[in-house]
Amino acid sequence: MSKATAAIVGSGNIGTDLLAKLLRSEAIEPRWMVGVDPDSEGLAIARKAGLEASHEGVDWLLAQSEKPDLVFEATSAYVYRENSPRYAEAGIRAVDLTPAAIGPYVVPAANLDEHLDAADLNLVTCGGQATIPIVHAISAVVPVRYAEIVSSVSSKSAGPGTRNNIDEFTRTTARGLEVVGGAERGKAIIILNPADPPPLMRNTVFCAIPEDADRDAIGEAITRRVAEVAEYVPGYRAREPQFDDPSDVNGGMARVAVFLEVEGAGDYFPAYAGNLDIMTAAAVRVGEVLATRIPTGARA
Amino acid sequence: MTMPQQFSETLGRPMQPYSEDLDVRVTDSSLRDGSHAKRHQFTLEHVTDIVAALDDAGVPVIEVTHGDGLGGSSFNYGFSHTPELDLIRAAVKTAKRAKIAFLMLPGLGTKDDIRAAQDAGGAICRIATHCTEADVSVQHFGLARELDLETVGFLMMSHSTSPENLARQARIMADAGCQCVYVVDSAGALIMEQTSDRVAALVAELGDDAQVGFHGHENLGLGVANSVLAYRAGARQMDGSTRRFGAGAGNTPVEGFVAVASKMGIRTGVDVRKIIDAAEDVVRPAMDGECLLDRLSLTMGYAGVYSSFLKHADRLAQRYDVSGAELLIRAGERKLVGGQEDQLIDIALEIVAEKVL
Repeated sequence: MSKATAAIVGSGNIGTDLLAKLLRSEAIEPRWMVGVDPDSEGLAIARKAGLEASHEGVDWLLAQSEKPDLVFEATSAYVYRENSPRYAEAGIRAVDLTPAAIGPYVVPAANLDEHLDAADLNLVTCGGQATIPIVHAISAVVPVRYAEIVSSVSSKSAGPGTRNNIDEFTRTTARGLEVVGGAERGKAIIILNPADPPPLMRNTVFCAIPEDADRDAIGEAITRRVAEVAEYVPGYRAREPQFDDPSDVNGGMARVAVFLEVEGAGDYFPAYAGNLDIMTAAAVRVGEVLATRIPTGARA
Repeated sequence: MTMPQQFSETLGRPMQPYSEDLDVRVTDSSLRDGSHAKRHQFTLEHVTDIVAALDDAGVPVIEVTHGDGLGGSSFNYGFSHTPELDLIRAAVKTAKRAKIAFLMLPGLGTKDDIRAAQDAGGAICRIATHCTEADVSVQHFGLARELDLETVGFLMMSHSTSPENLARQARIMADAGCQCVYVVDSAGALIMEQTSDRVAALVAELGDDAQVGFHGHENLGLGVANSVLAYRAGARQMDGSTRRFGAGAGNTPVEGFVAVASKMGIRTGVDVRKIIDAAEDVVRPAMDGECLLDRLSLTMGYAGVYSSFLKHADRLAQRYDVSGAELLIRAGERKLVGGQEDQLIDIALEIVAEKVL
């Protein structure tokens, strides 16, 4: 079968890690990589891998005689807001790894089926990709009045985008827990840990559950979902879920707690940066599912 | 009586007093740091009683928030009995002279929380980050200054980095609009000159751009001593909690620091007799127990562990039948930072799994 063609826009760390993953894909052929810095290491790597690469941005990409089926956007929310209408005009579908959130939130192991026809799909946040599948699995078994997540990432893996807009992370992730995860109310906490050697990304999911909930059924749903995420994020693992009865400090709510660890695949990022790995891995998964739906006739 | 001009021992240049009337400004944190010891179960009555007594004793600033700052009411840190904005409003209403401060941690609280706390009457915005991550606070300091709030920056777990690094981080906060950067000994792990070296490094870096403060804990029994050394090194704002009401073995006791300061001729504006009475008659009855230098608290100071982990470790030790001290030692080995309370459960599960083997 012929592969869908793709362009990566943004030649920074995320774009470069994504390139390593797309080069392994059986459904997608990365053909173009676009940046703005002529000395970008990512563009050099792309050329070496046989891609056409340019530092002249999206103008260059859209001026090519052949257009990609898919574009993966790894720039910034600000840049993507400018690029998005141009892709739409050119009829190119976009997988958005920035926090721009122009299109619907998509988490592969939770709601990808619902948005296969969207022109533009947004990947929420790294913390969202790690935790929303679990909240989604729990809320399929019992109503979840409140979901809270704590994402701990190594300081080394948190770039200026995250640091300057940390409120955006907490807000967007919390919203994702509600909109995609199915929680009535969501809350997100992010912690940067500077320990050396850098620790793996860790996430904790707390969900309020009814007191008389079927805990076995919840536990099984979580275990199944962890395995589903691990299909596209091999370093994704969880401890046995922990159930607690209502108490004062728990706000009078019964809860389930899930402890997750994300070890990166070590493509362009080191293994500790599971937070970055899970974003690029999710992007590839979304792209591959979209690729299977692109009519063959439309392909080059 | 005229005060002798003071010289910084480390810098050899004349040190400015906090203001014309005060050599150092004290902030009482019993209604914020004490929230940890109280497992976040403060009521309006606790707040009005304590604020009235501290205000009457002349404490110039009183901090009121969930122990983990605005938005701290959660599964991870413990839900508040009474919403913190209600507690702040009650404090503002009660205080006749004292300013009410609130704490926020970027990554947990947001800019919206700062606006809400100001609407509730909070006048001083204290923004805390881990001591190497000051850049996450830039947008929040910007907003606080825009809103005309007084600003304080907290470099938490200050023992875990060098004076030079700490000074660089303090510069980031000051440039973002922070008016006083605190060396925060969250683990109660700093020992004497380790405190004054850090304060002096910040004073040298910040000059007239921002003041320097010190927030001490008692986990090695050095709260008051460290505070005196911090003052001598140039700290002009000092935190404490009356009756040590705080996380871990508690904070620098305000009444202790004020008594020592008085004997040293350092003006705090706090009435010694009144604050001693407030500690015994008002604050102590609001506490579930004294904050003690017991096995777990001392372990925290010794292992350099974030003080608010104490009650969580205590609870988890019972829930999972594991050693609380072992939990805290491993938290130190994992180099957990403030806010990672969830990881204590992970450690408890790790210990349980090892037992089964």
